[in-house]
Amino acid sequence: MLRPRIIPCLLIKDKGLVKTVKFSAPKYVGDPINAVRIFNEKEVDELIVLDIDATSQGTGPDFKLIERLAAECRMPLCYGGGVKSVEQAKRIIGLGVEKVALSSAALAQPSLLRDIADEIGKQSVVVVLDVKKKIFGSRYEVHTHNGKVNTRQCPVEFAANLESLGIGEIVLNSIDNDGIMKGYDLDLIEKVRNVTSAPLSAVGGAGSLADIGKLIHRFGIIGAVAGSLFVFKGVYKAVLINYPPPEEKDRLIQASYIQ
Amino acid sequence: MITIIDYGLGNILAFANVYRRLNVPVKIAKVAADLANASKLILPGVGAFDHAISQLQQSGMRAALDDLVLTRKVPVLGICVGMQMLANGSTEGRLPGLAWIPGTVKEFDVSRLPTHTHLPHMGWNDVRPVKTSPLFIGLEKDARFYFLHSYYFECETKGYVVAEAAYGDDFTCAVNKDNIYGVQFHPEKSHHSGAQLLKNFADI
Repeated sequence: MLRPRIIPCLLIKDKGLVKTVKFSAPKYVGDPINAVRIFNEKEVDELIVLDIDATSQGTGPDFKLIERLAAECRMPLCYGGGVKSVEQAKRIIGLGVEKVALSSAALAQPSLLRDIADEIGKQSVVVVLDVKKKIFGSRYEVHTHNGKVNTRQCPVEFAANLESLGIGEIVLNSIDNDGIMKGYDLDLIEKVRNVTSAPLSAVGGAGSLADIGKLIHRFGIIGAVAGSLFVFKGVYKAVLINYPPPEEKDRLIQASYIQ
Repeated sequence: MITIIDYGLGNILAFANVYRRLNVPVKIAKVAADLANASKLILPGVGAFDHAISQLQQSGMRAALDDLVLTRKVPVLGICVGMQMLANGSTEGRLPGLAWIPGTVKEFDVSRLPTHTHLPHMGWNDVRPVKTSPLFIGLEKDARFYFLHSYYFECETKGYVVAEAAYGDDFTCAVNKDNIYGVQFHPEKSHHSGAQLLKNFADI
């Protein structure tokens, strides 16, 4: 049986690991390599690492750091941050990364996705959509550059065309729910789920395993991605890298997943 | 020595890292001369079938590989598209495969899939051996491995099928003929199960 994936998402800033709230107020939570080592021991399904400086500060991908992360990871790794060209994507895959995520470059020039897929295979091309709800009304808009630039694109319309370009996965990131730990934006996820059959992962809002259970219950095969949940413990948000042990994860999926 | 075939595709470093942790020496081969002392071969691969086959041809290693595998019977393990390349060909492309194990690579029939998500088949799935194989020694029943693919290997005869997994229908996810092995999933990214399988291959 194919299982829904439960995936920690790590954010990199100034070579350190941070966790944000609504894409702001980054709090230092540790060393990325050390976190990967702990997640290896916990046998996590996959790992997403996003360098939140790479595009917004214009620094581009830190290939040295990516190489160290990839060498350490014993699970599939998705890297995102500052990727703007076929050459960069190829180089990252060559360093031992399974998937390359694009955001601002994909929004600016969707055909780039096809060019990259031609080189590394579409299964390794991931699009991250950072989505914010408009203050008035129920419309959602895709933002880039760590939430600072509003593309005014509708995530649902954009997602609907992605499969034909050659992608392997969409990661839907709710800026409004980031770090809030009150549950995923299930309505947003449903809107996108309805327009694509590409693998979909959702991030933003998971505050408990029950939130992940709700996501799996509603969508079945999905990537349940979480940041705060897997780096903080308790009401005071003490830093503690954590992840459900295999038996607990199996129980959660058994209880939530209706085939 | 275990030699990883580097023809420009696939996660070479991931295999090297797993074997380094297992204290098994490995070598990376980029040209035919690097294959000289190979006692085991790992053939990785990602992306499109034709792209992978033509990259391998362009590497200049093809003739040496045919000699090692078909004449000198050196054990080889194809992984993901590396496994698919062992077949006669693929419906994904036009180029012939290595034709080391008779079979054809086919795309999943999405109308048979029960899930909302179609392709690629991505994530952790149970691998069910259908016969005894040295690859699966010491692994728990229905051990889980990480998959990322849209095409699968259909053997000409059941005799070459070593393990199956289910995605919609059951499909072949491990093959073996003589000294030639292939797995569709990614042992290099499958935690303890993957490390055990790679160790088993080293011990053959």
